[in-house]
This record gives sequence, structure tokens and C-alpha cells, in this order.
Amino acid sequence: MTETTRPTGPALDPGGLEPRRRPRLPDLGPLPWIGPALLLIFGVVLWPAFEMLRTSFLDISMSGLAKGFTGLDNYQRLFADPDLPGIMIRTLVWVVVVVGVTILVSLGLAALLNAAFPGRRLVRWALIVPWAASVVMTATVWRWMLDGFYGIVNRMLYDLGILATPVNDWLGDPGSAFYWLMFVAIFVSLPFTTYVLLAGLQSIPQDIYEAARVDGASGWRSYQSITLPLLRPALLVAAIINMINVFNQFPIIWAMTKGGPGSLTDTTTTHMYKLAFQLADVGQSAAMAVVNFAVILLFVLLYLRIVDWRRA
Amino acid sequence: MRSAGAGLRAPSIRKALLTGLGALVAFFFMAPYIQMLITALTPSKELYTVPAQYLPSHLEFFNFVSVWEKAPLWGYLRSSLIISVFATLLVLLVAMPAAYYTARYRYRGRLLFLLLVLITQMFAPTALVIGIYREFVTIGDTFPPAGINTYLSLILVNAAFNLAFSTWIMVAYFSTIPVELEEAASIDGASRLGVLRRITLPLALPGIITATIFTFIAAWNEFVVALTLAQSPDIHPLTVGVTTFIGQYRVEWQYLFTSSLIAIVPVVILFIVIEKWLVGGLTAGSIK
Repeated sequence: MTETTRPTGPALDPGGLEPRRRPRLPDLGPLPWIGPALLLIFGVVLWPAFEMLRTSFLDISMSGLAKGFTGLDNYQRLFADPDLPGIMIRTLVWVVVVVGVTILVSLGLAALLNAAFPGRRLVRWALIVPWAASVVMTATVWRWMLDGFYGIVNRMLYDLGILATPVNDWLGDPGSAFYWLMFVAIFVSLPFTTYVLLAGLQSIPQDIYEAARVDGASGWRSYQSITLPLLRPALLVAAIINMINVFNQFPIIWAMTKGGPGSLTDTTTTHMYKLAFQLADVGQSAAMAVVNFAVILLFVLLYLRIVDWRRA
Repeated sequence: MRSAGAGLRAPSIRKALLTGLGALVAFFFMAPYIQMLITALTPSKELYTVPAQYLPSHLEFFNFVSVWEKAPLWGYLRSSLIISVFATLLVLLVAMPAAYYTARYRYRGRLLFLLLVLITQMFAPTALVIGIYREFVTIGDTFPPAGINTYLSLILVNAAFNLAFSTWIMVAYFSTIPVELEEAASIDGASRLGVLRRITLPLALPGIITATIFTFIAAWNEFVVALTLAQSPDIHPLTVGVTTFIGQYRVEWQYLFTSSLIAIVPVVILFIVIEKWLVGGLTAGSIK
């Protein structure tokens, strides 16, 4: 790149804006404009990332003091933990199921919100509530609704005849707890994904559908051959952002089960948090965080490969 | 909407079906918050009944008064406001010039900067929380006002992690404003700042408002960093503060949800304000 700070190209040349007769300030180029942003990114995003990587190779005492490098010791202890394979598999299920179901349901919701009907605006507003509300608070109310004795979900399922007694400890039983955690994760992921897909739907010009109708294609046929292909970029963005968010999801699990009973509803993210702030093993926690990073990167790259992103 | 022949009935049946479906969807997404409101208005002695009651015998509106004495709610509210307002201001102050310059000029390293912004968007604070904690412990050793357990640390983290989205969306908005408009104004004698103030900023306003509200809400709802960095209760924001109603053996659900609603209602209203720009903004911000 040989470009300088000088504006180029006729369409982008704001040269006429420069008051030429006035004395000019020394030309610092883009620094005064983007410098503060760089400072914030390097100081508060990249520094912790580097610090985390460094910590994963350090021997950190219980009180947080670094006692020198230990090579791969933290990683060895991390992978020696017999709980880890279960946590890893659960994390994989967590990401695939939550993102997959979210995308499928969002396609339907976006189509509904793109159609014209009375009260559509109110439905859109309702969809915004879980997006705007704090996830911890949403997860907490689900925990209350799923309470084994006093929860409204038990009462409803009992009234519908699905449960034989109105008492069922959904979140205390690791078998059902994880399903409910995934349900709540889907619940809070749907609004954003739906809105991204809705944005994608609204960018499709209507005359394409007109043309298709002239050719005799409508309904499911035109959805399959027009809407879905044109929705690819929006789907790609929605899926990737969703993957990163769902993988890093912490408040839902923390508020509803704290990863329990035992570590049976932990994902690698809550496991990482527990290692540092409950078990005071900062080195091993940092190693977990680095592994998480590698895994999410792998997830995204694998996904891009599967969907063949260049075609999008 | 079929063409001729289908008559008037078909579209109206379709509309009725869609409306019914829409009502179901709206109810599904509102249900937990309706339950929140019902619980918040339930007298404390009726909370623990088996099986659960759909509605309490009477609504206890007084819960919304007594909650202020049950926990330092004013303190939580003040902390949430301080953190979110200053993080938002910092983001605007930092992102606006960067976005404007990046939208207008082809400078060396422009692509690198955009790439850096994109990468930041992939870094979630949760994934970096160990690093963030250790960084601010280190900073606090030499400069205590920005160490852990300070507002400043929380403001900086919230600003930094929301910078990417705001920059990205504002670059998109600034790019849509034709340079000719700015040139015309400056030929008419407006100063550089005058052009920015009277032409550029008003035209980019939807993008700026979207970025502002998004950052504010994200900071308002942030949980894991506050849980980790804010150790003394007097700087706890609402998200962390309301969890104090969850005791070891007993949870004061009615107060937990009155305070949750106090936290949720304002941001839902803010979000609805930007709803009409949201669809366009998301396209501009991420798809293009």
C-alpha cells in the first residue's frame, strides 16, 4: 500500500474543505483521529488477551503472585482433569444445538415479521424485550419459573396433564437441567438473529418475486430458490456472531445452575471462571481460556468452510 | 396476496392467521417478564405455595416501595448509570473521529484498522476475563484510581468492548453521506467544524443514536466483568446487585424481580426508540 494520508479519488476528495489560506497544523496524518481508538483497543482488549496467553505459561500462586514460567504445566493439569472431556463434549452440544435451533426458528420468525398483518409492530416490540433485558435477570426469572416446588412451569405442565405431580426439580437433575439451559440460551439468542435475518429479507428487492411469479414460482418454491440464496450473507453473519456469543455464554448457566450439580452443566466458559475465581488456579484457568479461544476460532473457520463462504 | 380470482376472503383469512401467530409469538417472548411482574406484585407469604398459583390473591404494589429499603438499590442504580453513561460518552468520543476519518480518507493502514476493529468484535469480555482481571490488578499497583474495584476500570472495559460495533456502524453511516454535500457547504463559507456540525453529524444521526443506545444497553446489562472487577457492594451495578437477593437458603423473589423490572423497563423503552433504525443499521453494520 503506497497510499498516504492524502485523500484520493474524486468521489472521496474533501480537499475543498481545507481552508487553504489559514496556517495548517502540522500534519499528523490519521493519528489524532484514530489514535484514541487504537489506544483503547490495545490497552483494554489486546493487553488482556496477551496477559492471558502469558499467564497460561506462568506458575501463579493461590494469592495471585507469579512464581516464574512453568512451560506447559498448566495445560497438562488442565487436560489431566477427568471432568474435562465431559465438559468439552457438552460445550460442543451446547454450541451446535443452540445456534442450530436459533437459526432455524429465526428464519420462521423473520418471515413472520416481514409479512404484513395488523399488530406486527407490537410483535416486533415484544421480540425486543429479551434482547434489551439483562440476560442474568432473564435467566433468573426462568430459574424461578422452573423451581422444583414453586415454579409456574410445573403448575402448567401438571394442569396440562403432562406431569403426574406438580413437583419436579428440573434444574437439580443434570439430565433435564442442561436442556433447559439450552432452551433459555435459544430464547435470548432469537431476537438478535431474527432481526439480522429480517434485515436480510428487507434488502431483497420485491421485483424478483414478481418476476418469479410471472414464471410460475411462488410460495415454498420461491422461498427456496430466491429467498434462501439471497439471505446467505445475513445467515452467515447471524450464525457467526451467534456462535461466538453462545460459546462465551456465562450468565445463563451462572444464574440458573452455576454449572451444577457438580460440574454436570458446566461448559468450558463456566469451567474457566470457576478455575480462577472459585478454585484460585489462575494459571490453569488461563490455559482453559486459551484453549477456548482456539476452539471458537476452529468453530468459525470450520463453519466458513462448510458453508463455502466465498459463494456468499 | 394472490392476484385476481382469489377474492377478498383469502387475504383476510391469511391476515387473521398471521395475527394469531403473531400474538402467540409475542406472548412467548413476553411470558418470563409477565411472570416477573406477577411475582414482583405477590405478597411474600404467597410466594411459596405448592403447586404454584397463576395469580396472587391480591396485588402487593407496596413491594415496589419496600424494595428500596431491602437493598441499597439507589447505589446499584447510581453505579449502573455512572458506568453506562461514561462508557457511552467515551465510546462516542473515541469512535466518532475514527469512524469519520476512516469513512472519508484512504490512509495508510486503513484496512489494518478496520481489520483490528473486526477482530475486537470477536473478543468477548467473558473469554478475556482472567486477563482483564490481571491487567487491572497490575494497573492498580501503580495507579490505584484505575485498579480493580473502581468505576474507571469498569468504564474503560465497557467502552473498549463496545468500540468495535459503534465504529463499524458509524463508518457505514458516514460513508453514505456524499462528499459533495460537505463541499457545497464549505464553498458557501462554512468552516470545517461548521460543516461537521450542521451537515455531517445530523445526516449520520441514526447511526450515532443506534451506536449510543447499543453501547448504553450493553454496558447497563454487562455482568461478568462487573462480577469480577467490582468487589465492594457500593460500586456494584444492578446486574450484580440484584443477585444479593439470592441468599444461601432463601431467595427474596419478589424483591429480586421488582429491582429487575426497574432495571429492564428503561432499556426496553430505549431499544424500542431505535427499533426503526435497527433493521437498516444491522445491515449497514455487519452485512455489507
